[in-house]
Amino acid sequence: MPARPRPSDDPQRPTAPAARSALRGSTARRSVGLIWRGLRAHPRTYAAAIGTSALFGGLTVVVSRVLGAVTDQVVVPALAGSTEAQGRIWLAGLAVALVALLLALTVAARRVLAGIGVADIQADHRRAVTRQYLRLPMSWHRRHPTGQLLSNAGSDVEAATGVFNPLPFALGVVVMIVAAAVALLRTDVWLALAALVVLPLAVVANLVFQRRMTPAITRAQQLRAEVADVAHESFEAAALVKSLGTEDREEERFSDRARELRQANVRVGVVRAVFDPVIDLLPNLGTLLVLLVGVHRVAAGAIGTGDVVAAAYLLTLLAVPVRAFGWVLGELPRGLVGHDRISRVLDAGEVPVDGATPWAATTPGAGVRMRDVRLSVPTAEGEVELLRGIDLDVAPGRTLAVVGPTGSGKSTLVGLVPRLVDPTAGVVELDGTDVRELRPADLAAQVGYVSQSTFVFEDTVRGNVTLADPGDEGAPGDDEVWAALAAARVDDVVRALPDGLDAPLGERGANLSGGQRQRLALARALVRRPRVLVLDDATSAVDPRVERAILTGLRSDDDATGPTVLLVAYRMASVLLADEVVHVEAGRVVDRGTHAELLARDPGYRELATAYERESQRRVREQADEEATDVWDDEVTAGGPR
Amino acid sequence: MSAADAPQDAVRDGRMAPASTLGVLATLRRAAQVSPELLEGLTLTLALAVVAAAARVLVPVAVQQTVDTAILAPGGADVTRAAALVGIAAVGLAVGAACSALVNVRLFRSSEAGLLTLRTRAFRHVHDLSVLTQNTERRGSLVSRVTSDVDTISMFVQWGGIMLLVSVLQILVATTLMAVYSWQLTLLVWACFVPLLVVLPRMQRGVNRRYAAVRERYGAMLGAVSEAVVGAETIRAYGVAARTQRRIDGAVAATRRAMVRAQNLVAVVFSSGVLVANLVLAVVVVAGTWLGVAGDLTVGRVLAFLFLVQLFTGPVQMATEILNELQNAISGWRRVLGVLETPVDVAEPGDDAVPSPRGPAALTFQHVGYAYPGGPPVLQDVDLQVAAGTSVAVVGATGSGKTTLAKLVARFMDPTTGAVLLDGVDLRRVASTDLRRRVVLVPQEGFLFDGTLTQNIAYGLRDEAAALGPDLPPHVEARVAQVVEELGLDAWVAELPAGMSTSVGQRGELLSAGERQLVALARARLADGDLLLLDEATSAVDPVAEVRIARALRELARGRTTLTIAHRLSTAEAADLVVVVHAGRVVEVGTHTELVARGEHYASMHAAWVSQTR
Repeated sequence: MPARPRPSDDPQRPTAPAARSALRGSTARRSVGLIWRGLRAHPRTYAAAIGTSALFGGLTVVVSRVLGAVTDQVVVPALAGSTEAQGRIWLAGLAVALVALLLALTVAARRVLAGIGVADIQADHRRAVTRQYLRLPMSWHRRHPTGQLLSNAGSDVEAATGVFNPLPFALGVVVMIVAAAVALLRTDVWLALAALVVLPLAVVANLVFQRRMTPAITRAQQLRAEVADVAHESFEAAALVKSLGTEDREEERFSDRARELRQANVRVGVVRAVFDPVIDLLPNLGTLLVLLVGVHRVAAGAIGTGDVVAAAYLLTLLAVPVRAFGWVLGELPRGLVGHDRISRVLDAGEVPVDGATPWAATTPGAGVRMRDVRLSVPTAEGEVELLRGIDLDVAPGRTLAVVGPTGSGKSTLVGLVPRLVDPTAGVVELDGTDVRELRPADLAAQVGYVSQSTFVFEDTVRGNVTLADPGDEGAPGDDEVWAALAAARVDDVVRALPDGLDAPLGERGANLSGGQRQRLALARALVRRPRVLVLDDATSAVDPRVERAILTGLRSDDDATGPTVLLVAYRMASVLLADEVVHVEAGRVVDRGTHAELLARDPGYRELATAYERESQRRVREQADEEATDVWDDEVTAGGPR
Repeated sequence: MSAADAPQDAVRDGRMAPASTLGVLATLRRAAQVSPELLEGLTLTLALAVVAAAARVLVPVAVQQTVDTAILAPGGADVTRAAALVGIAAVGLAVGAACSALVNVRLFRSSEAGLLTLRTRAFRHVHDLSVLTQNTERRGSLVSRVTSDVDTISMFVQWGGIMLLVSVLQILVATTLMAVYSWQLTLLVWACFVPLLVVLPRMQRGVNRRYAAVRERYGAMLGAVSEAVVGAETIRAYGVAARTQRRIDGAVAATRRAMVRAQNLVAVVFSSGVLVANLVLAVVVVAGTWLGVAGDLTVGRVLAFLFLVQLFTGPVQMATEILNELQNAISGWRRVLGVLETPVDVAEPGDDAVPSPRGPAALTFQHVGYAYPGGPPVLQDVDLQVAAGTSVAVVGATGSGKTTLAKLVARFMDPTTGAVLLDGVDLRRVASTDLRRRVVLVPQEGFLFDGTLTQNIAYGLRDEAAALGPDLPPHVEARVAQVVEELGLDAWVAELPAGMSTSVGQRGELLSAGERQLVALARARLADGDLLLLDEATSAVDPVAEVRIARALRELARGRTTLTIAHRLSTAEAADLVVVVHAGRVVEVGTHTELVARGEHYASMHAAWVSQTR
């Protein structure tokens, strides 16, 4: 499929809440913000990680000191023939070994802690992002491709946290750099200047790097998400691809994107390929500079040979922390891009406000009312009105059939009741209260909704019906589940499964037929004993006889004690089960009344209701004509018996 | 890749192999086979890397030389000599840096080229697998095999690969230099690392297992997230966000745990490298002093050796680190290779392929039986003859096996017993290009791509319009418009906000189920097969539209064979032949009139239907 126009950033509300996720300000400020937020989220882990890292920095200096002391006090005298020093060799070895052990321990501790820190921050991000997915309305979901959302929770989180891997090391060894700088300054100012000139150069190199890297990384992360997107869509379409034999085309589509990703990755790589050797080169050049300046200072008699060697050694020690900073800085552009992509989800300002009014289940059915309900959706082509002023009143316990041509807004209309969307104007009321004011838990408990296309979770049959874990408060018991399955006429199918209620249903319920999936979804709604049942063409794949049994079963207890039912249907059998019918066309109510009334006075409805009948009659007529023609043909051509 | 060279244990009842079971070296070899680009130009890259590695010893040598020959020069510090030495070293460093930049760029290019091949081949193989095999793996998890698993490898090849190369070379250079100063101490240093070399592979295997667990948990987590995203509507309507979140949280926590477990072991491995490296210093101090006392070494040489040891241990530590990363990459590689190793159980015919030319298609079922892997039989002993050009309606209760019948004709799977024949040829001997060209299936819930109506319908043109961009060529648009008109869908399209340019949204979710079916039908019509399989393809369409479409399809399908799984018996009334399926068997075959007259299964179904519709 060709490149789709991607929705740009979500419109952000001007007055955003204080706890926004997006980082603002200059790149430097955003970088500091990114790091600071991570550290603040897990202060103890990072305090310990940076502490052990500082300890490591200190111990590295100690190793060099111990080596120096051992050389001066043991090695040199021993080789000079001191037997006392020769006796101390073992002691010297032991001292070095002891420091080595401590060093290794700090390394292990730092790495363990750094690992925990990164894992924790990743888990934080993933929890936050997925929470937001579950909060955001359907209108938002429809605008955002699945692959994109998967990559927000996957690779973008990894990108945003990559910087935290080398961070404790880099921060901890600041101690080392400061100690080294102080030691150098105390030796000789010129020598110190020669050595430390490396640091501003490193900063400049990093700035140049950042500027080149950020756009390259942004592009690469975007393409990574697009590759995931194409793969996801294409794999979801696997059956279509197979049946049309368009594997080559899909491969082309995927490899186009993958090729672009390769180019973007190579572009990122080239920038890094140059940056890394430069960052490695700087401390080495610093050492050479120290040598040069050192020779001058020795010649001037300002310092001794040992001072030059010590300064050179310190700089080689500094090479590692400077590189660690390079790693942090190298990861920052990617981290900021990843963070921005996550923030776009977290800051999406469309989270519907939850109502707080409790809704008590007083009667078996609830009253449903819509007052001048309008719904417009923004599209690339401008605002489109899907519902154009709907007024509707359904008394508790009544069944209303919603009938109309394909695409007339029936699904949108009934979707307002479970709040899949909120109207742009007008009010939807349940028992006289605006649905937006009702507590979501009450709404979900008392409104059962079965959609056209059933979504089956990768779970057991029981889990798919109850949508709860065993032992959850208010989770229906097995008896209730079986009762709901029986009411939906799918109990025999489940009974035939090897594990019954515990039988796992594959991803998206792949091992059930379309009709079985629909009936399972019906059971899912029925087990909740809803007071309003919304069936959006939910029985289309169910055999007519089964459907009738299910629908009459709902009302069998006693006519008026069942739930209020809103029913989108094409079958006249289903429609006939309704007390009343509303005929919808192009987002408006055309007429409302009993089936018989509409049949008598509404021509559009009559056409829908009698389509099959008329078709059968037409066919009978046609057949009669054909036979007549055949007879005529036979007579004319005097052909033999056919 | 053929099934033949896949390891036997990857062949498990049509399931997707979770990961390849090859060893580390075998995995790398296999990876190089799959993406030969990885090895392209490696010789020059290696040569450049040797120069880059050699440049790494320049600084210590320069320090030693400057101190010994310039600062401590007889007659006071020799500034000119120092400047010359430093100048030479600086030039050397610059050359080294240039070389390593070149090495980096070259490795980037070759690895990204290789990974592109790997990605694309794995993607293609997923599509080549049978529908059953595809369904054994979550979609999110499949996606991670062509995205994040490959990214893991990419990270390694780019950073680890370069560092590993440079480190190994540096170890060699350092060893040579050390040997110049003292071969005894050099042997000793190497000996110190022997225990590490023994223990390391075992630990690496542990690291490998733990990284594999990370990849697996990660895939499962993406699966859980994808369920929450795709099932958003259901989750919202049932107010089960909290439970869904609990499940995701569980998967996130499991991923976190797996990561921490892997990283802890890596920390142990890495720090044991640090430990050995620093213990070596102690050993050198003790042994060097003894050798010195014995008169084999001078003070200067012992001190120089101490310096060199650090040149040696640095890259050794780096190498252990990279080997850890390698494990991560290997598990990514194994998961991608696992896809390629998964055998295609609905295989292409080999030399026994029989050409299947276009034209009216006759269909035969010979004693066909089918059972899903590990399940009871869904179809048993089905015998059926469909002459070319016939329209057949298949009716029966839900779950009676109607859809399986259609899937067998589309060769989504092969029958467990018997055979399905197209024009007298077993489908197993028909090349898939021929089969797909001739047999077109429209399922109940057809998939729509995120694009416009026109783009989705034009998809039916298949490869003819392979290069479909956002702007379709006029002749394609014209054909799409023609099909829409033929099926009588123009009135519906006119009602849409942007007509044929209306975006359908992801999976077509901006349209209703019925509208999606209309698009799928138009697409199938454009695909223009000889045998059209309609599996409840108009179940969500309003009666007026359905009748209109059925009539249009009948007109258009004259001379073609159609097999319709019917949910409404109006289809059966109009069909040339009605097939009644009951509990996996064909129980009645005949025309509508014949079967009504017979007064059995079909007659009672029809009577019930008529009473409901009129």
